Amino acid sequence: MNPELQGRQFPPTAAYLVGREKVREFAAAVLSTSPLNFDTDAAIAAGFADVVAPPTFAVVIQERTLAQLLGAPDAGIDFARVVHGDQRFSYSRPIVAGDQLVAQLTVSSVKSLGGHSMVTADSVITDASGAHVVTAISTLVVRGDE
Amino acid sequence: MSAQAGVADLGALSVGDIVAEKTFEISRDTLVHYAGASGDFNPIHYRDDIAREVGLDGVLAHGMLTMGVAVQPVVDWLGASGTVVDYQVRFTRPVFVEPDTGATVRVVAKVGVVDGDGARIDLTVTAGEANLTVLGKAQVRVALPAT
Repeated sequence: MNPELQGRQFPPTAAYLVGREKVREFAAAVLSTSPLNFDTDAAIAAGFADVVAPPTFAVVIQERTLAQLLGAPDAGIDFARVVHGDQRFSYSRPIVAGDQLVAQLTVSSVKSLGGHSMVTADSVITDASGAHVVTAISTLVVRGDE
Repeated sequence: MSAQAGVADLGALSVGDIVAEKTFEISRDTLVHYAGASGDFNPIHYRDDIAREVGLDGVLAHGMLTMGVAVQPVVDWLGASGTVVDYQVRFTRPVFVEPDTGATVRVVAKVGVVDGDGARIDLTVTAGEANLTVLGKAQVRVALPAT
């Protein structure tokens, strides 16, 4: 992996409009039974504008930034050797249907460890007003030659 | 203490309390559904031949599926009384999903820290007959209004 990736910031992604049926589909896929994920009335009664996305939904938007990183011609990352090491989501507020979200990835660290490389990427996700919604942080391990 | 779903109460929490526990059955159908919903179409999550080609014993669950499922007991416990503000895991071991019998994932959610504006809930997430840990350092920070 190219060590000069550290500190690199990629351009913001195109806006992602969070659809109500997408939230319901994703919630069902992670075996959610929470009415806030499915029932608009329940979400509104709880003070939200629309159905609330599950805590890991941000990965759908983050994924677009990871594709930028893995696809960078000078990154030197062999996708077949990539293993997901750690994942974290830090929220300022939950994502709800109707949000229009933009994500921007910064490579916060690149390390080598016993033949393997580790890259940590922070994807900052903001709404249409520019306010922070969630930061999604992934550490990817790139296995070296065995 | 056993907590009631949807009525998380910060004042009633003590370190070590189990706030939720649940067992999930994951099948190949679950993986296909998650692939479509998430957009993660890596074939190691639906094709045994390709999984074996890259040195795995067979098809495994998406790590992000396991992470997404494991937090659900906490989401149900919180209901509308609080929100998840931070959630992190380490992927320590793959969850192999057999074509016929699937996989069983067990989640126990225990209070790790209580402070002024919420709590840290620590998840124990295990799978398979041997009940091995599949997510390490699985921590959910929840915001709860003081009562």
